[in-house]
Amino acid sequence: MPEPVKKIRGKAAPLEIDDVDTDQIIPAQFLKVLTRKGLGAYLFYRWRFDEEGRPKEGFVLDRPEFRDATILVAGRNFGIGSSRENAVWALMDYGIRCVIASSFGDIFYGNSVKNGLLCIRLEDERVKSLRAEAAKGGLFLDIDVEAEKITMPSGEVIKFSLEPAVKKWLLEGLDEIEATIRGYDEKIREYENRMSHFKMPRKDVLHTE
Amino acid sequence: MGRTVFEKIWDDHVLAKRGEDQYLLYVDRHLTHEVTSPIAFESLRAQGRRVRRPDLTFAIMDHNVPTVDRALPVRDQHSREQMKALARNARDFSLTLFDYFSPWQGIVHVVGPELGLTVPGITLVCGDSHTSTHGALGALAVGIGTSEGMHVFATQSIWLKKPKLMEVRYEGVFPSHTTPKDAILYTIRELGTGGMIGHVAEFRGDAVKRMSAEERMTICNMAIEGGARTAIVEPDEKVYSYIEGTPYAPSGEDWEEAKRYWDTLKTEHDARYDKSYTLNVSGLEPQITWGTNPAMCIGVSENVPEPSQFDDASQRRAAERALSYMGLKPGQKIEGTPVDAVFIGSCTNARLSDLILVARLVKGRRVSPNVRAMIVPGSMLVKRRAERLGLHRVFLESGFDWRNSGCSMCIAMNEDRLGQGERGVLTSNRNFENRAGPGSRVHLASPLTAAATAVEGRIADPRRYSLASIDELELEWTSPWLERNILKPLRGG
Ligand code: SF4
Repeated sequence: MPEPVKKIRGKAAPLEIDDVDTDQIIPAQFLKVLTRKGLGAYLFYRWRFDEEGRPKEGFVLDRPEFRDATILVAGRNFGIGSSRENAVWALMDYGIRCVIASSFGDIFYGNSVKNGLLCIRLEDERVKSLRAEAAKGGLFLDIDVEAEKITMPSGEVIKFSLEPAVKKWLLEGLDEIEATIRGYDEKIREYENRMSHFKMPRKDVLHTE
Repeated sequence: MGRTVFEKIWDDHVLAKRGEDQYLLYVDRHLTHEVTSPIAFESLRAQGRRVRRPDLTFAIMDHNVPTVDRALPVRDQHSREQMKALARNARDFSLTLFDYFSPWQGIVHVVGPELGLTVPGITLVCGDSHTSTHGALGALAVGIGTSEGMHVFATQSIWLKKPKLMEVRYEGVFPSHTTPKDAILYTIRELGTGGMIGHVAEFRGDAVKRMSAEERMTICNMAIEGGARTAIVEPDEKVYSYIEGTPYAPSGEDWEEAKRYWDTLKTEHDARYDKSYTLNVSGLEPQITWGTNPAMCIGVSENVPEPSQFDDASQRRAAERALSYMGLKPGQKIEGTPVDAVFIGSCTNARLSDLILVARLVKGRRVSPNVRAMIVPGSMLVKRRAERLGLHRVFLESGFDWRNSGCSMCIAMNEDRLGQGERGVLTSNRNFENRAGPGSRVHLASPLTAAATAVEGRIADPRRYSLASIDELELEWTSPWLERNILKPLRGG
């Protein structure tokens, strides 16, 4: 169950690549885990480390001025591809609290909400100019989820909008399973009582090891 | 206003609405595999919860499994542990498990349809993006994350935002040697990797009606690469025939009742879509990707782009980056590029009809000595069916490696992978950087293009190769299911 997300203040790092798929956020080799802790070490692994696991120079998050960034300003279609929730866990474990992009992969976006990673959609041009600002280094942003606004160091305000359900989720950090069971168990039972027999898998199938 | 097939199934499963756009849907089928499930099971245990409907939940090992002889030990310790964790979780939570040794093991999106776990009109979820594949049978199928999977385990329901509707129409007749894989690659090339974000893609039109159930699975599978939330095709007789008599499909009176219900799942003529796209496939040529996402794609006779031809700065940068990663020169011809490996496999193109296509091209020909060529059937059932027909002899005589089922080189979580800088033509669905191993260079293409490439050792245009007829393959030991669903349509019946 995620912690409520109300305000984020942090340094922004620019990621000037479109179509960042979840394979890049965390490669498949690091999906062979049985826990979600410590995945931050493998974030953007192939861009940050060579085949022998030695750090490569130059990836934006490894540059001294962006090491402590908690906000990522990306491009279009961030988080497309594989459904791996490990992508969100890796970002969060690394310390990223918010990703700003002009669009997100659907499953990645849903996974982010569930874990309390704020994803902000802004228009393409807005994202570009924000990224250019961030690239100069030392851009601190104040993000207010309730008010749906980003405040720049200059005092300039950028409005964004969240779907009501997403906003509520972030602000409250809901235990969804508990909420569904408490609020809708009756509805689930009703469906099960009227569920046609032919919608269920056959039970007399001989399946042996 | 009439409803689409998607809306009909949606409406039938909505239990409640929350806020403006969140709907709670009942989940009729939950499929799970060893990679995205362990943390969900762990959390269930920690919270003292059970799986609400073990009878509707099926666990399958696919992503990690070696494709070599199953009598050999699983060498990778982490893979072995994940596989064992799935076995333990299935036992503890009373789920049916198709494990490494099961005759029904295979890639989850191949196994669901072929065992009749996937049927029209149901809602189906799986912790895997390519769950859209099951939409080919007329199911409402969505890929979900691990947290959502845990919610489904505990409540047998899922909160979803209603996706927008997009029609993707394929009209016309495919030219010889051009396949549904080429159509979907072309579509993604035109629309981009984000072209269908937020939408469910409903494939329709003459060309889709004529496609077999397996061909529809290929296009639904890859709609994800165009950003679609999922994909669907309205069910018809071909789908009924595909699942009739399969182990988990309804039988007897249930079967009759099911068909009556499925017949109602047609998109009505006055249904509306938020977005439309039409492609006439008659003029299509075989497609192949040149870059590092599936939209970076050209016809096999075309040249790879020059970055300067893109007006948009970020597209230009992406093209430069992709060309350098792929080791290609701007503007070069793609045909003739030497390759190290060819992989026929994955949930996109490793079903029986795909293997038959490959056999028709390679029969009597040899794989180039410079190429490692492997065939990894989509499931162990596909493998047995291929062997019953004698296809494996065609493959082995041509010099292909004939392996056991799993995700294999598509995701490189087992030992099947491309080395640093190695180039391969794969029939799978993702050509992302490092997808088939660190430094791997992946070109996506149809089974025919991959087969022609294996023969030449270079990226090849399959249209230069004659295809053996079905009769020339001298298939043995066919079965009623194979005759009805695979062979008769190929014979033009
Ligand atoms: S074959 Fe590839 S795309 Fe399909 S489920 Fe396996 S890893 Fe995913």
